[in-house]
Amino acid sequence: MPANTCNRRMTVTIRYRLEHPIAVLLSKSMTAIGGAAILNFCTRRAAHLNFLKLEPPMTLSRMPEPDRTVLDRSEAIIGELVALLGADGIISREEGRRAFEADALTAYRQPPLAVALPRTTEDVSKLLKYCRQAGVKVVPRGAGTSLCGGATPTADSIVIGTSRMNSVLETDFVNRTITVQTGITNLAITDAVSAEGFFYAPDPSSQLACTLGGNLAMNSGGAHCLKYGVTTNNVLGLKMVLMDGEIVEINGPYLDSGGYDFMALVIGSEGQFGIITEATLKIIPRMPFARPVMLGFSSCEAAGQCVAAIIGSGIIPVAIEYMDKPAIAVAEAFAKAGYPLDVEALLIVEVEGFEDEIDRLLRAITDIARNFDPQVVEASTSTEHSDRIWKGRKAAFGAMGRISDYYCMDGTIPLARLPEVLSRIGEICAEKRLKVANVFHAGDGNLHPLILFNANDPDEAIRAEQAGAEILKLCVAVGGCLTGEHGVGIEKRDLMDIQFSPSDLAVQMRIKSIFDPHWLLNPGKVFPLPAQELGEQSAADEAA
Amino acid sequence: MQTNFSQKQLSNERIAEAEAILRRCVHCGLCTATCPTYVLTGDERDSPRGRIYLIKDMLEDSAPASPEVQHHVDRCLSCLSCMSTCPSGVDYMHLIDFAREYIEQTGTRPWKERAMRRLLSEVVPHPDRFRFALKLAPLGRPWVKLLRRFGFDQAAAMIELAPAVLPPSPKYEGPGVAATEDERRARVIMLAGCAQQVLRPGINDSTIRLLARHGVDVIVSAGAGCCGALTYHLGDEAGAIEFAKRNVDAWWKDIENDGEPVDAIIVNASGCGTTVKDYGHLLRNEPDYADRAARISELARDVSEFIGKYDLGAPRRWSSLRVAYHSACSLQHGQQIKEVPRELLVKAGFSVVNIPEGHICCGSAGTYNIMQPEISSQLRDRKTKNIKRVKPDVVAAGNIGCITQLSTSLDVPIVHTVELLDWAFGGPVPLGLEDLSKFVSDVPEPSKRRVNDFIHA
Repeated sequence: MPANTCNRRMTVTIRYRLEHPIAVLLSKSMTAIGGAAILNFCTRRAAHLNFLKLEPPMTLSRMPEPDRTVLDRSEAIIGELVALLGADGIISREEGRRAFEADALTAYRQPPLAVALPRTTEDVSKLLKYCRQAGVKVVPRGAGTSLCGGATPTADSIVIGTSRMNSVLETDFVNRTITVQTGITNLAITDAVSAEGFFYAPDPSSQLACTLGGNLAMNSGGAHCLKYGVTTNNVLGLKMVLMDGEIVEINGPYLDSGGYDFMALVIGSEGQFGIITEATLKIIPRMPFARPVMLGFSSCEAAGQCVAAIIGSGIIPVAIEYMDKPAIAVAEAFAKAGYPLDVEALLIVEVEGFEDEIDRLLRAITDIARNFDPQVVEASTSTEHSDRIWKGRKAAFGAMGRISDYYCMDGTIPLARLPEVLSRIGEICAEKRLKVANVFHAGDGNLHPLILFNANDPDEAIRAEQAGAEILKLCVAVGGCLTGEHGVGIEKRDLMDIQFSPSDLAVQMRIKSIFDPHWLLNPGKVFPLPAQELGEQSAADEAA
Repeated sequence: MQTNFSQKQLSNERIAEAEAILRRCVHCGLCTATCPTYVLTGDERDSPRGRIYLIKDMLEDSAPASPEVQHHVDRCLSCLSCMSTCPSGVDYMHLIDFAREYIEQTGTRPWKERAMRRLLSEVVPHPDRFRFALKLAPLGRPWVKLLRRFGFDQAAAMIELAPAVLPPSPKYEGPGVAATEDERRARVIMLAGCAQQVLRPGINDSTIRLLARHGVDVIVSAGAGCCGALTYHLGDEAGAIEFAKRNVDAWWKDIENDGEPVDAIIVNASGCGTTVKDYGHLLRNEPDYADRAARISELARDVSEFIGKYDLGAPRRWSSLRVAYHSACSLQHGQQIKEVPRELLVKAGFSVVNIPEGHICCGSAGTYNIMQPEISSQLRDRKTKNIKRVKPDVVAAGNIGCITQLSTSLDVPIVHTVELLDWAFGGPVPLGLEDLSKFVSDVPEPSKRRVNDFIHA
């Protein structure tokens, strides 16, 4: 396949961007001096002068330049992949590759060189071994539900999708573990053990569709991790394929491992170290009952203070979820959960245990809430009511799509700063003339402001990204961090130097180089692009 | 999701409509998890989100349908499970319908496939032709293996689906009115349908009996026939519009005729019900029909939906039968009718059990089991396994497609929900349940008034 067809989208984009003859001239001279970064910068600057015609999406972060030497070999590479996996396991035609060009962060798109759908750990090992030898980059992908572009391909990479690796390998109720392939969806893990009264605790809102592999890569949380911890607190052992095809096992079906705890290092590494193909997880007996109470407040500050007071009192509910007025309206329209529509902020606080315990806890929680003048205090009346309350919360992101495109943020802050951060978020978005809806896990300070914008309006798209960056900077400034559970991906990559000093980043990159000396795994993510290019360069130098 | 259409493209009403649907999708991917084909293949292109993307690219490029897009759109069952899942309210149904039509207009198909599609749309919607074809089917049976060997998988699947013995003709053949002997509570038109009345005439008979027994006059309109779903889902919109118009004309005569109001149009095949409920949309650009079609869509009710609103009183027979209720996709996803049929069966005295993975399609999906035999049989086997897990005596479903599909693989009988209801309320034993009748005994009949008093006390 000729290289130019394989990256058709991109060439088209460049052609449109540089319609103006002066721009074309400029771009040629700039490319000549090898200034891709400068070109990108100038393109953006020139947008303000109406100098160049911009085609959406005009995003703040750029994708790495594809490796021409790989693109030129694409036909041979695809041939090799087909030989490894069979034609059924490889997607290489253009329309098909385009279906994989984005995950749930659609502002960034680039069709990969090919997509491989392995079925076993050994398949993955064969693929990685080949890619390592051929110097081809690899993007691991679960269900493609990442909100930070964690599975966005680059034009010169192979996507390795784990969607066919979705089997339950073993359940062990005596030791309370389950061993699965990582392409299984989060909810399917719970489904596999729920008849016996168990569940797998981390529950990201996309749990219906998102895969365990993605959860491991991003160290995902969810509404219920306030009590049970995030992914890393619920994993016992992993099987991972390294970039050279070696299959390693990390820890096992027991609580502590001999030697260094590599698991804590690997979980949350965003596909930078290897591809995890199997995992042994903790399963937890489900409490006999759980019941949420809805607390409605007339201001977000009051709700924020109430959250801090509940946690401060020593009660650990299973979940404390926060929704503001715009989010409530949308979630209610979808789930008909009976959310109060006239409050500014709604907390869903869930407690579990035996009935007496639930009653006692809910009483204590509502007593605390009364100090903040709640407008609504309403406990769920039945399991069906509870299901509806949760359905609305879990679907809130998607339901937001009914009214607008949105950009979902994911910062974490110390709980005590919640009220001031919420009001500052409102101000930031107002300054950018954008609406914002807040839906998040208030209990652990993990914010998810949804910035609403029109994706077909390039100016709004840019303002949305700017507002997002401001919000994340704010999170860091108050002592929090860039990401709670979605990961860094492409989205927050260029903000990493706000959180980390250059030496911090250098250490992180050295660790990455140990696992992936040629920087082939999940390119374009996690580290600021110039730093990545430096890392790649030094890897190449070393090889030379 | 961002789209990339030119103003010129958007001046085409159909493209503008598709664009509005595409803009709602936020690419979150939740739909992938409940899509039967994605569950089987693990391939994004066989998921709703992937298909939406393929369709988006095809429409944006104004390109003729490529074999790849065609392949993956063809593999969509139109079960609409994704629409039950989608939190953003993406109108996948109308998008995929439009894509199918676009593909028929611009794509190319091998002659074998064209012939098969033509054959299906010329035969199945016409009961006489269909009955005749089914009588011929046994002649083809010895050749099934040979057909497969020469790549005629679809023809082989079609022959295998044909029942070995055709049931006797329906008792109540339209057109006409089946008047209730009771005090009249409602007056409805029933869609007599096409394939169903040949494959299982007992369904129409049971519907009419059950309704008439409960104070409903049932009209079968002269001139009404196939609802058009079959041709529509083969991408032939014009053909579907013709069928829809014929039905609108036929029903309108009865709606207007004698000044008596028609309370509902009853459909007892949920695949057809989904289509009739969409007539308003299908005929929106037909000036002479748009208003009437919209009215008809408002009147359309699945038989269970209609009966569910009635107090049927106590059943006349008591049974200890364990019924697995199979929720047809067109009913649970297409019409969002999920619990009513189950509740009706419970009220009629049956023990109703839920089938695991109830949201996943059985692979019937109109003509899908003929056009896509491979995926269809995998889904059928998966469904069969799940049904076996709950060990029912009988399976009930609200759609003839599912009944035909599953009767080839189940070792227990499968009937229409309304047949069981009719039986419980005094009708004859449904075809195929003769062996089970020993588990059913008559309830001594008290006067109707007393039963009602007792229930309401």
